[in-house]
Amino acid sequence: MTLPDTGDLSIKNVTKTFGSTTAVDHVNLEVQRGEFLTLLGPSGSGKTTLLMMIAGFEDASSGDIALDGASILNVPAEKRNFGMVFQGYALFPHMTVRRNISYPLDVRKRPKSEIESRVEEMLALVQLEGFGDRLPKQLSGGQQQRVALARALCFAPPVLLLDEPLGALDKKLRIEVQAQLKAIHDRVGTTFLYVTHDQEEALSMSDRIVIMRDGKIEQVGTPNELYEKPRTVFAADFLGKSNFLERSEATYALRPEKIDVAPSGDLQCAVSVTGKIQTISYFGAVQKLMVMLDDGKCLEVDVDIWRNRNAFSVGQVVDLGWTDDAVTKLEG
Amino acid sequence: MILPFLAVIAGFYIYPIANVLWLSVVEPEPGLGNYAALFDTESLRRIILTTIRICVVTTFFSVLFGYTIAYAMVHMDQRKQNLMLALVLVSFWISILVRTFSWLMLLGHNGLLNNGLQAIGVINEPIAFVRNELGVLIGMIHYMIPYAVLPLLVNMRNLDMRVMRASQNLGATGTQTFLRVYLPMTIPGIVASTILVFILSLGFYVTPAILGGGKVLMIAEYISVQILITLKWGTAAMLATLMLFGVLGMLYVMSRFMKLSAVFGGGR
Repeated sequence: MTLPDTGDLSIKNVTKTFGSTTAVDHVNLEVQRGEFLTLLGPSGSGKTTLLMMIAGFEDASSGDIALDGASILNVPAEKRNFGMVFQGYALFPHMTVRRNISYPLDVRKRPKSEIESRVEEMLALVQLEGFGDRLPKQLSGGQQQRVALARALCFAPPVLLLDEPLGALDKKLRIEVQAQLKAIHDRVGTTFLYVTHDQEEALSMSDRIVIMRDGKIEQVGTPNELYEKPRTVFAADFLGKSNFLERSEATYALRPEKIDVAPSGDLQCAVSVTGKIQTISYFGAVQKLMVMLDDGKCLEVDVDIWRNRNAFSVGQVVDLGWTDDAVTKLEG
Repeated sequence: MILPFLAVIAGFYIYPIANVLWLSVVEPEPGLGNYAALFDTESLRRIILTTIRICVVTTFFSVLFGYTIAYAMVHMDQRKQNLMLALVLVSFWISILVRTFSWLMLLGHNGLLNNGLQAIGVINEPIAFVRNELGVLIGMIHYMIPYAVLPLLVNMRNLDMRVMRASQNLGATGTQTFLRVYLPMTIPGIVASTILVFILSLGFYVTPAILGGGKVLMIAEYISVQILITLKWGTAAMLATLMLFGVLGMLYVMSRFMKLSAVFGGGR
């Protein structure tokens, strides 16, 4: 993959207020060309509002948004040339798949031959060859999602904005589409700016993730950085599961799968405590143990079922242990 | 349990319609004489043509204005939208007689408009707004606009506005979005409005009678003349039958192009 020559997006000190509420609060963010960046946060965190400002559907109350160094705040939405995949896809219901995909080229009055070959190229990219003459309602949800993607990529936009594009799909299909989406990103090299509240989507596809909370950026980093080194309680809790330990007036995060567990007296570890299993939840590959420590605090522990066949039962007293590098010190 | 209701429907709807159909072929003598008159009576043909012409023009302008009003309404904030809806509905509650006579007073020879224009010297002679086809059209279009607005409003309110945003995002100007996306997506509303207004216009009686001043004869008024004055019940029944089948025929043709249930807001 060669690096595209456009697609650097910088968001400088952008704020958006609706009346007395602040939806986006002084956000600074540099999106690099070709990057797959995910805005991750719960609803109300401002991620969609930020996306709408970038797309040009909302005006920023203050701050600046620039593409390749030039401010785009005064460019109307239809002139920004950003592709967008909407929540619910927003396909044109009265047009065939082919006409949907060719729409951005049609309105730009490109030559017919160019449009035709480009549409075929796009149909191939999203693996919908042969579906060109169908109407959107004759397609499955996953296929509609791919039409929306092809339509948004058809005019080779420098940046593709995706607003919870997989929200309407069932879980199994979602995982499949995540892989396709990532593959398409790698092929076209466009900057992808992806909004979701689903941490698994964020982890599996992104080059970098931006965790948002109450209109502010909580933490930015690669999926691995964010998972291994969360900086705050919110980040540790929102991305993955975490136990929180209070030690000498500081809070530490400890992921459930990083705790070793063994029947009482069996464990050799740097730090170890004893506790009693309260509940066991079964998830197929892992089981989650809730272990109450002697001080009354509960820890969640993930246990690989296959390697610990029939090792644990409710009420059993166990030793819990972890290494020093398993815990992360959090701010505040 | 539903039998009594069926009996009511049969007694009060089906029987009279059957009776009209029957009358049209037996009065004044059995046979298709009443229908044959359509082809060799000049005045009958003229009335039918006048009716169709007036209905087409009325429908066109009512739907055009109705579309504009409905479009404006859905793009307003909720409070203004409710206010406009109330204004549209108020005109439903005012009797058609009142509305028609109001037009007469506004547009008549000594009406407000003619007097006003003469007073400020724009015209010397009063303009004949009423007692002609123009008057009938003004009165009918005014009456029909609310009927055109409502189906369009329902249609427009149910549109997914994200689709318009998508169009804009993909580079379409406002005009392109309207012509390529908005207008095609409101076709069901346009069709519903058109059918509703056209069918209602066909049976219009009061407005043509008053604003036409007896010079613009439409089918409904002619039917009433046949029944009340010339007592030619056969001709009246024939015209009524013709209108009934005209309407059914229109609905049939429309149903060939789209699902009527969709047009009238039913399920898919």
